[in-house]
Amino acid sequence: MKLLYFAWVKTRIGLAEEEVDPPAEVATVGDLMTWLAARGPGYAAAFAEPERLRAAVNQDFAQMAAPISQSDEVAFFPPVTGG
Amino acid sequence: MIKVQAEDFDIGAELAALSEGRHEIGGLAVFVGLVRAKVANDGAPAAIDAMTLEHYPGMTEKMLAGIEREAQERWPLSASLIIHRYGRLVPGDRIVMTACASAHRHAAFEACEFLMDWLKTKAPFWKLEEQDGEGAWVDARDSDEAARKRWETS
Repeated sequence: MKLLYFAWVKTRIGLAEEEVDPPAEVATVGDLMTWLAARGPGYAAAFAEPERLRAAVNQDFAQMAAPISQSDEVAFFPPVTGG
Repeated sequence: MIKVQAEDFDIGAELAALSEGRHEIGGLAVFVGLVRAKVANDGAPAAIDAMTLEHYPGMTEKMLAGIEREAQERWPLSASLIIHRYGRLVPGDRIVMTACASAHRHAAFEACEFLMDWLKTKAPFWKLEEQDGEGAWVDARDSDEAARKRWETS
């Protein structure tokens, strides 16, 4: 599974992207956030306030309950501030 | 048409190209967003030295194309254009441009405002403001979400 991080999510984790292989019980975006948060202090800081985060699965906005699979591209980022 | 680019754009040349040979167009509305030197954080105004726009290549184009398609479905537009820049910009620089052409002005004005309101809350861009060598990520504003919501159809 390809993961992408943007803005302060990227700076807290210290990575822009990575490949991960989560266990089968990680079935939703929310599950993935919980699993990632346990990977280290940077991850814990990035995912400390889930309500401040947004997610995208295969480049479309996704809710926490959205299902995910190994072949997906999942991104985490703060609410957007363009324009 | 969607353009996501680091380089600056020429407003006049873009508008000329958009309406070239399109004699059914009676009105062309345009919005241009610039980097503002003064920003208000928690009510206190502060000067910024620069701003870096980060984006999600791929999703950005997908979202902007979806927003443009939505505008085309809602209003009788002859042509439309969204240009959004990324990278490091300084006060006075152009960031974004939306333009909508239609037979009459109301559709052009409304669609142009719609594009901006949607883009503000749906296009994956993030602003990092620099002040005295320090960078701070800009927080999303509730007023932008409220501006987008007024276009929702029930």
